[in-house]
Amino acid sequence: MAELATAPAPDFDGWTCPVPLRDSPTVVMGHGGGGAMSAELVTHLFLPAFAGQSPDALADSAVVDLGGQRIAFSTDSFVVKPLFFPGGDIGALAVNGTVNDLAMSGAAARYLSAGFILEEGTDLASIAAIARQLGAAARRAGVRVATGDTKVVQAGHGDGVYINTAGIGLVPDGVDIRPRRAAPGDVIIVSGPIGLHGVAVMSVREGLEFGAEIESDCAPLHDLVATMLGVTTDIHVLRDPTRGGLGTSLNEIAAAARVGVEVVERAVPVPDVVANACAFLGLDPMYVANEGKLVAFVARQDADAVLAVMRSHPLGAGAAVIGECVTGHPGLVVARTGLGGTRVIDLPIGEQLPRIC
Amino acid sequence: MKYLDEFSDPALARRLLDDIRRTVTRPWAIMEVCGGQTHSIIRHGLDQLLPAEVELVHGPGCPVCVTPLETIDKALEIASRKDVIFCSFGDMLRVPGSDRDLFQVKSAGGDVRVVYSPMDALTIARENPSQPVVFFGIGFETTAPPNAMTVYQAKKLGISNFSLLVSHVRVPPAIEAIMSSPRCRVQAFLAAGHVCTVMGTSEYPPLAARHRVPIVVTGFEPLDILEGIRRTVRQLEAGRHEVENAYPRAVREEGNPAALAMLRDVFEVVDRPWRGIGMIGGSGWRLAAQYRDYDAEYRFDVAGLRVSESTACRSGEVLQGLIKPHECEAFGQQCTPRNPLGATMVSSEGACAAYYLYRRLQVPAQVDQVPAQVDADAAQREQVTSVG
Amino acid sequence: MCLAVPGKVIEIFERDGTTMAHVDFGGVRKEACLEYVPDMRLGDYAIVHVGFALQRLDEATALETLRLFRELGELDMEFGDHWGRAAADAGLPRPAGTGTPQGGQARQAGTPMEGIRP
Repeated sequence: MAELATAPAPDFDGWTCPVPLRDSPTVVMGHGGGGAMSAELVTHLFLPAFAGQSPDALADSAVVDLGGQRIAFSTDSFVVKPLFFPGGDIGALAVNGTVNDLAMSGAAARYLSAGFILEEGTDLASIAAIARQLGAAARRAGVRVATGDTKVVQAGHGDGVYINTAGIGLVPDGVDIRPRRAAPGDVIIVSGPIGLHGVAVMSVREGLEFGAEIESDCAPLHDLVATMLGVTTDIHVLRDPTRGGLGTSLNEIAAAARVGVEVVERAVPVPDVVANACAFLGLDPMYVANEGKLVAFVARQDADAVLAVMRSHPLGAGAAVIGECVTGHPGLVVARTGLGGTRVIDLPIGEQLPRIC
Repeated sequence: MKYLDEFSDPALARRLLDDIRRTVTRPWAIMEVCGGQTHSIIRHGLDQLLPAEVELVHGPGCPVCVTPLETIDKALEIASRKDVIFCSFGDMLRVPGSDRDLFQVKSAGGDVRVVYSPMDALTIARENPSQPVVFFGIGFETTAPPNAMTVYQAKKLGISNFSLLVSHVRVPPAIEAIMSSPRCRVQAFLAAGHVCTVMGTSEYPPLAARHRVPIVVTGFEPLDILEGIRRTVRQLEAGRHEVENAYPRAVREEGNPAALAMLRDVFEVVDRPWRGIGMIGGSGWRLAAQYRDYDAEYRFDVAGLRVSESTACRSGEVLQGLIKPHECEAFGQQCTPRNPLGATMVSSEGACAAYYLYRRLQVPAQVDQVPAQVDADAAQREQVTSVG
Repeated sequence: MCLAVPGKVIEIFERDGTTMAHVDFGGVRKEACLEYVPDMRLGDYAIVHVGFALQRLDEATALETLRLFRELGELDMEFGDHWGRAAADAGLPRPAGTGTPQGGQARQAGTPMEGIRP
């Protein structure tokens, strides 16, 4: 039996020493929320088991060396409910999610694998529709589904359809994009309005349904990233804020790089429909998922040029500078509120739930 | 959102703050009762913008924080039962019982569902007639009419598989209990705006007179809270102790007559223990006798629960404003939002969680050195009416 | 207990003998029960909590409140507490004998309430 290597534990919490899995001996929904519980599961259960783990394992994708070539490699699983939602479906998500993970390392995805877990009894017309959407999304993203797999599980397991995709692509020379490269003085740019995907999915989720003119922003970002790299290859960090939203991504980057992050709330673009849906459910748009947005940390001297080129791209038209990295309060994200006060934007514990208080 | 956004206007906030600053001459301790107000204060950083003389004491107006441990344990027990569909507001899912929370019950196979409205739980009951469906009816007076209507409808429509696990609490007895404590430092109250939307303001003048405290009915948006504080400070400086309505667009003196009538029909007042504080007489509601069939306490036999609270937890003292969260030895050590010992560390407006967020780091009130571009962009965006 | 937001009533209908409405919250539409606000009309704004309208939002009062906020500071310039302002501006305590505009004693923070039995 191989020796278990101990991975360095990122210190997400400045005050207390994280105790592994102290809440619960079993998996709970919070472990999938993208917040602190998810991070602990990975850090304390999975990483120690994978000997020789790279410290950047918690980034969206890994850059590995294969015969002298730098290859970005990523995997993601898609369990969204419902399967079809305004602006997208699990098939399109499965492609764009992995394409985007690779784009966050600066790579254009070339090949994907697609593994399906189908629940017995699911109607074939839905599966066919999902497959068509997946294929269309792949063509749009310029990526080929090179290999796949299908399994069927008994009725009552598997929630209709689960999809896993893995992807590979080449990282261009001179590009070194990873969370630890965030540095004080960096300018933080978001590519457009936040919260659309999460609110679109919630609007059709049982128990919460509401009517809204809203669509998921599900989209592939590889071309936007390529355009940005055309201005400078020295982009420090890219992250697509999916589960857990922008707030979670900023926290993860701040923790990985041990920098402080300061955000100006008025500068964060939030569409009215997202703000209003969040207002009546008691949610914070900072933690709502996005599927077609990225946040970039760039050196101060490159910020104007990168912002301009983003805005000239259809998927970056709403790009905005939202804050900067500082030396103060390393690992913490602090926002200046619209009224001029401050608040700490903490890593959420589990998934964000509607509240009545 | 109309009638919401206007009440966050920074320029008007400045005027309110300036007026408070001009008026205040000495320190005052003001308690905001409602957890929703605490949330708004933290969310917008309002307490940092107030002059140092104005101290906000976060009150026990968080039903998550004060729901008795026995009730949480009963909820967990019922939710664990085979076939039961247990429905709850999202707020309650992480509240620790004696040894677990609703998330863990769900993990163990319990059918626990988050709903937006108690009527959603009733719909679930209709769609699953062979299964018992229980709704966790917590809240202050604001949520009581929705819960009451749901039980009323269940009875009217004969949805017999539905029942309500009730844990309602009332604000005025809590204010009385807080003011009666000899160590009390609270000198004025911001009354809970939406509670008063339902109940009106008539319960407060006797409290103001008896304890000589200003009580100002206050809303939830930043301007509403600042206005409530402004009027309170004016009263304190002038030595007055009256009831004022600083939320007139939503609160009438007589409250909501239709809701009050329903409450009289569906609920009866009882003594209720508040978690961390103890028994407060007449501070709770339970279902009236004619709704006994829809009362989950009677429907499910949950006797014999052994309740055990953390001995390190001092949330009761925090809830009454007797100590500040960071004065508790466990604060930030064994007790964090990630691993809460008591309910005040769980919800986003529990006083301890609120303090944890903004005391773990001494952040200056103004964030300096924001790139000029950020402000310029933001100003430009404010001229655009909608995005995306 | 308190998360309730104002929305516009855009349709009123009956379900199971209960008066319901479709309410629009700035582009987000949700159903709400109107049983507690029998005088609600189409186009009115309601304060909605967990799927129930709890009160009609009084638009005139809302606008009046905002107007009062806007006027704050302007009135005070003309009619306000001159002694208090002068002292505050100078960073000094209020001069003895000037009192507060409405008279009466202000209470010190941290001291027990008078007249309350222990």
